[in-house]
Amino acid sequence: MDRIPILRMGNFLLVTIQVDLYDRLALTLEADLVQMVKKTSAKGVLIDISAVTIVDSFMGRIIGNIASMSKILDSETVVVGMQPAVAITLIELGLPLKGVHTALDVERGMNLLKSMIDDFDDEDIEEDPDGSLAE
Amino acid sequence: MLPNTYKLLQKKKKAILELWMKNQLADEGLREDLISNDELRSQSEELVSALIGNLSSDSIDDFNSDQWSPVIEILGGIAITRARQGFTPRETGNFVFSLKEALIEVLQQELQGDLQSLFAESLKVNRIIDNLTVVTFETFIKGREEVILRQTDEITEISTPVIRVWDGILALPIIGTLDSARTQVVMENLLQEIVETGSSIAILDISGVPAVDSLVAQHLIKTVSATRLMGAECIISGIRPEIAQTVVHLGIDLSNIITKSSLASALAYAFKAMRLEVRKINAVQKF
Amino acid sequence: MVLSLSKDTIQVVREQDVVLLRNRIKEVAVKIKMGLVNQTRLITAASELLRNMLRYGNGGHCVVEIVSSGRNNGVRLTFTDKGPGIPDIALAMKDGYSTGKSLGLGLPGTKRLVNEFDIKSKVGEGTTVTIIKWANG
Repeated sequence: MDRIPILRMGNFLLVTIQVDLYDRLALTLEADLVQMVKKTSAKGVLIDISAVTIVDSFMGRIIGNIASMSKILDSETVVVGMQPAVAITLIELGLPLKGVHTALDVERGMNLLKSMIDDFDDEDIEEDPDGSLAE
Repeated sequence: MLPNTYKLLQKKKKAILELWMKNQLADEGLREDLISNDELRSQSEELVSALIGNLSSDSIDDFNSDQWSPVIEILGGIAITRARQGFTPRETGNFVFSLKEALIEVLQQELQGDLQSLFAESLKVNRIIDNLTVVTFETFIKGREEVILRQTDEITEISTPVIRVWDGILALPIIGTLDSARTQVVMENLLQEIVETGSSIAILDISGVPAVDSLVAQHLIKTVSATRLMGAECIISGIRPEIAQTVVHLGIDLSNIITKSSLASALAYAFKAMRLEVRKINAVQKF
Repeated sequence: MVLSLSKDTIQVVREQDVVLLRNRIKEVAVKIKMGLVNQTRLITAASELLRNMLRYGNGGHCVVEIVSSGRNNGVRLTFTDKGPGIPDIALAMKDGYSTGKSLGLGLPGTKRLVNEFDIKSKVGEGTTVTIIKWANG
């Protein structure tokens, strides 16, 4: 069965969705990701959806779920790279994804996560070398 | 139509054309400035041949039958050209109506003794020509509409420029009324430009928008929400006092949107958000 | 007057068929030069309706058509299932209403994404939803 890989980078988890999601794949991702947040005590989750061309209400709900569930496990979620057409469609559908943080690309998403965690946590956070962000 | 009638009309084709031309040339609305007499004649001849050539006992009752399509095609072509050349609707209508007069006049000459069939056949001619007139007007209006649509497209294209005011800051001055179609274009352009330039702040300046009603406000809110989903921030600037008044009177909630009164203050906000500072240099520096 | 220019029927019974249908819709949308944003709206709307069909109607079929009206070309999708049907359509079309565990955005959200939306349903017989998206609408 298909699975979307979850990468661990220091305190963060990085998920890059390269295919258009269908329901079961999205549900598996939700379960895997929440397990992974617990297991690694990640402080932040970064979901890159720049390659996703369709997000309907079901997948929108999964993204919202992941954010809410991670939040309960003390982890922030940032969704990055949403395509303009997807953003417009989601708004018209009536899904503004309230409570989900967004950023233009992975780099900015990473900075946003760091700044959010800095606000609550004074512990030093491992700096990721930039090279690890490159695909 | 009686078989002899359409055979009769086919035989009298030349006479009909001559009569029609005479009517047209005698009409005081003749536009020699727009169309030469030779051209008018060739147009008329083409139409008469197509019309009379396609008359049969079947086609007369069923205007949707395929036999009419060559006639409609020719007539449509003429109507569209006339719309573009600047003929008035009345002049274009008269073109077809004068054909009716010619047809009926011929029928009258030929069926003099038989009043009953003259009446019946005239009615049928009337019906054909009425249908043709409707086709003419439909195509004429379509020709005009095409012109209008092309102009609308052009206006929408040129009236929504996205300006890069700073590295990472986009501005989009909107001038004129915002309707749904325009908002679509504005929103799509803005979001596309955000992706292309990687800008994190967009300023939507509405000083040139004459009025904001609840529909326009909805469009603005939609644009701001979509920008947010992509991970950028959208500021609305250029809100005039009257607009602030209407917005509140209409009970529109803009509290989730960052609004600024002028483009300058929006820019100042954007600088601050990006941790940039603009200040005056004390000493005069030589470059 | 809406004329149908091409017609294609796709059976939808499994979740995987959704991908197939999406690709087919994308194909016809590109063929009539529909813009990217409208393509996305159309495919998202189709996705919503397909999910309803799979969840409540035990699958069914979808007819994909290229239609034209005047100078406008568009895509018409007709989703037909033989499921339990919807007893109160007005209620189902209300934002936030759902019998399943979803957000209840399905039908009203879909309606906002397309130009024409028509739903017919008979309890015990099934549901038919027809949507049209114009290339430049």
